[in-house]
Amino acid sequence: MTDVTDVTDVTDTWRIWRKQTEVTEVTECFIDVDRLEKVFTVRKKTGFLKRERREVRAVDSITFSVARGEMVGYIGPNGAGKSTTIKMLTGILTPSGGRLRVAGIDPSRERTRLARRIGVVFGQRTTLWWDLPLIDSYRLMHRMYRIPDARYRENLDRCVELLEMEALLDVPVRQLSLGQRMRGDIAAALLHDPEVLYLDEPTIGLDVISKAKVREFLRELNAERGTTVLLTTHDLQDIEQLCSRVMVIDHGRLMYDGPLDGLHEAGESERTLVVDLERELPPIEAPPARVVRVEGPRQWLAFPASQSAAPLVARIAAEYPLVDLSVREPDIEAVIARMLHSLGDSPGAPRPPQERATA
Amino acid sequence: MGSVRLYAAVAVGGFRRYATYRAATAAGVFTNTVFGLILVYTYLALWDERPHLGGYDQAQAVTYVWLGQALLAALAIQGGGFESELMERIRTGEIAIDLYRPADLQLWWLANDLGRTLFQLLGRGVIPFVFGALVFPSALPRSPLTWLSFLVVVPLGAVVSFGIRYLVALSAFWLLDGKGMLQLLMITGVFCSGMTLPLNVFPGALGEVVRALPWSALLQLPADVLMGETDPLGAYVFAAAWAVVLLAAGRLLQSAATRRVVVQGG
Amino acid sequence: MDGLRAYGLIAGMWIRSSMAYRVSFAMTVVGNLLLSGLDFVAILLMFSRVDSLGGYSLPEVALLYGLSVTSFGLTDLAVNSLGQLGQRVRDGTLDTLLVRPAPVLAQAAADRFALRRVARLTQGALVLGYALLAVDVDWTPAKVLLVPVMLVSGAAIFGAVFVAGAAFQILVQDAAEVQSAFTYGGTTLLQYPPTVFGTELVRGVTFVVPLAFVNWLPATYVLGRPYPLDLPAWVAFTPPLAAAACCAVAGLAWRAGLRSYRSTGS
Repeated sequence: MTDVTDVTDVTDTWRIWRKQTEVTEVTECFIDVDRLEKVFTVRKKTGFLKRERREVRAVDSITFSVARGEMVGYIGPNGAGKSTTIKMLTGILTPSGGRLRVAGIDPSRERTRLARRIGVVFGQRTTLWWDLPLIDSYRLMHRMYRIPDARYRENLDRCVELLEMEALLDVPVRQLSLGQRMRGDIAAALLHDPEVLYLDEPTIGLDVISKAKVREFLRELNAERGTTVLLTTHDLQDIEQLCSRVMVIDHGRLMYDGPLDGLHEAGESERTLVVDLERELPPIEAPPARVVRVEGPRQWLAFPASQSAAPLVARIAAEYPLVDLSVREPDIEAVIARMLHSLGDSPGAPRPPQERATA
Repeated sequence: MGSVRLYAAVAVGGFRRYATYRAATAAGVFTNTVFGLILVYTYLALWDERPHLGGYDQAQAVTYVWLGQALLAALAIQGGGFESELMERIRTGEIAIDLYRPADLQLWWLANDLGRTLFQLLGRGVIPFVFGALVFPSALPRSPLTWLSFLVVVPLGAVVSFGIRYLVALSAFWLLDGKGMLQLLMITGVFCSGMTLPLNVFPGALGEVVRALPWSALLQLPADVLMGETDPLGAYVFAAAWAVVLLAAGRLLQSAATRRVVVQGG
Repeated sequence: MDGLRAYGLIAGMWIRSSMAYRVSFAMTVVGNLLLSGLDFVAILLMFSRVDSLGGYSLPEVALLYGLSVTSFGLTDLAVNSLGQLGQRVRDGTLDTLLVRPAPVLAQAAADRFALRRVARLTQGALVLGYALLAVDVDWTPAKVLLVPVMLVSGAAIFGAVFVAGAAFQILVQDAAEVQSAFTYGGTTLLQYPPTVFGTELVRGVTFVVPLAFVNWLPATYVLGRPYPLDLPAWVAFTPPLAAAACCAVAGLAWRAGLRSYRSTGS
């Protein structure tokens, strides 16, 4: 968590960032999305036998581009249009409007050709073969993607080493834990050397150790291979530890695109410092932090997420009998909610309420 | 009286759950009608060759076909009710939760399945039956009393069907993979209920045997009651007796299975 | 070619998966054999009471049955899972097929490939073998040649029905049963002589959904019997053309279906 001293307005941050990409676009733009739209027609029962057709814009004129080697977090509330965007990027869905290129390919027109160049991991949907040893799924990938033998060997060895899967290869997938399965799925998506990896909730439901392993692996993958990574997540730590850039989508619209710190600024989100004191004491006074909860000797203090915890900790340690403390990161939903709320208050941003589509 | 309300609520739940699948229900009606059409023509040809085969005339044979299509889903003659869900719960161990519920496992699923039966009788059964009655010559009773006795024998058949499927489902406590048992259920259900051919057409000893088995309460008995071919009271006794035997067997198996769960800890 | 290769790879994986439960596999093969045989048992039971059905003798009906079930068995073995594509659409797992570098149709067809379905094919072939030995036909080279032509064209026609049905299920996910009416209903219909059915129905399966080209039209020629509709004799030799037309239509339907796919789930 870095401190950002200059407080900029969201829209400013966004503009700044746009300028930056316009520069990088010239060098190499890998994913290029221009006024992308997806409109679903929903038939709704309005009475006995009467049905009303209405259009739902799951993705509403989104524009962005991602340079080769970037790691981007794509976040937003459920049903905001995240999955719909990813499905268009992978060619699963055909856009209703706008322009879309991934590695120069139009995904929906040349889905099969694009498939060789991308890797996809669906968080809660394994593509591994349930009743067969893990290695069998990899052998299928080897042949289905026609990966050269030497390359396959090399990639598999690497994944096995970095994701610590040596002992798992001969185990039937149904006997793997959730975390082991996710690692298995990520490896399966990388054997054919994809240039971009899409991850849909890669750490959902994983234990702390598995999460750490997955994140470390993704970081290395990005650093060494320069693989572009686009991930959706509900876990703010995924973003903090992996992504230099975040895109926030809500109601099908891109609401924010820039560094994570800016998002905190925009949302004025708060982190929580949990303090264990030696004994029960009256609420700690350390503005701008404020006590939000007291339970015996334990107190919860909220403070702006953009601020470093260090001075606060130092101050409390000096003035109070401290036993233990920990910092809790803000919940991503809360951050987004606050950000959207603050955007809604600012002029030029009000939007009529819109029906949410399943994304 | 509280438990009656509980099981009534469970039955309503079973009804509602199937009522949500409108497209599937419509698709099922279509399929039942198509299969009914195919069977009717083959039966007409058969009865053309041998009038009064098995004591039915042509119109009765036709009515038998459409009744079969109407009851196929409702009485889960070839399976397709609660049993695969219960088997899955047993396989995953979720059954342990069910056993701690303050409700009887067998009664719970019986209520649930009767709710489903009622929905599928109305949602899937009525249309093919009416279609058949309108398009082909049929042998429907005029007396309301006959209809009434028909409406008594069908629920009895539903309980018999439940009893059979409950035994099949509980087998999952001992067998790892349920596919084989479900298949056995389907084979016996289709053949022994008279779905392929009325049981009174089956020749000799084979006919005697299948008519004495519980499956005959699913289609043959309701058909004979509806068309006045059998004494309703005798039909009630036959179906009720099998229902009691099967439910009791289900109880026995259930307590054996429960002991197993308790010993294994789930 | 890419599609066939992917099909082979995926089917191979499913075969290996099913071998994880060998006992269950053996049981289900036997079960499928019995289940598939039931409708022939029904025909045998009918012929235990009559000597002919719709003017056809038992060996003649067996010929129709054998041709229908063998060609359907081929298709059912190869692409059965297309009948349940709606389920993959409903739970969103069709997505995982769409991001692979192989034709989706091949992947979907190979999905849940089950070797146990060889049972239906085997049973159909056995009956066909019996019929070919028992039936009273003056075999000419043309008639002999028609037998394999019928099997291959028939399998292709059924295959087209499966593909078109799968495309429809992308739009209406709960329509699996409508598809069954045409696939399982179709093979059942064709087991009986065309003379058994009403002319409207025969016209429908000749001109609208051309199932009659699977066996009725060519087989009536082989048996030297008149077809219920007044068609020229050379029509008996057109099953390959009918099959090609069906496959073309099904291919278009599949493309349209896939294009309209709206992925659900997150």
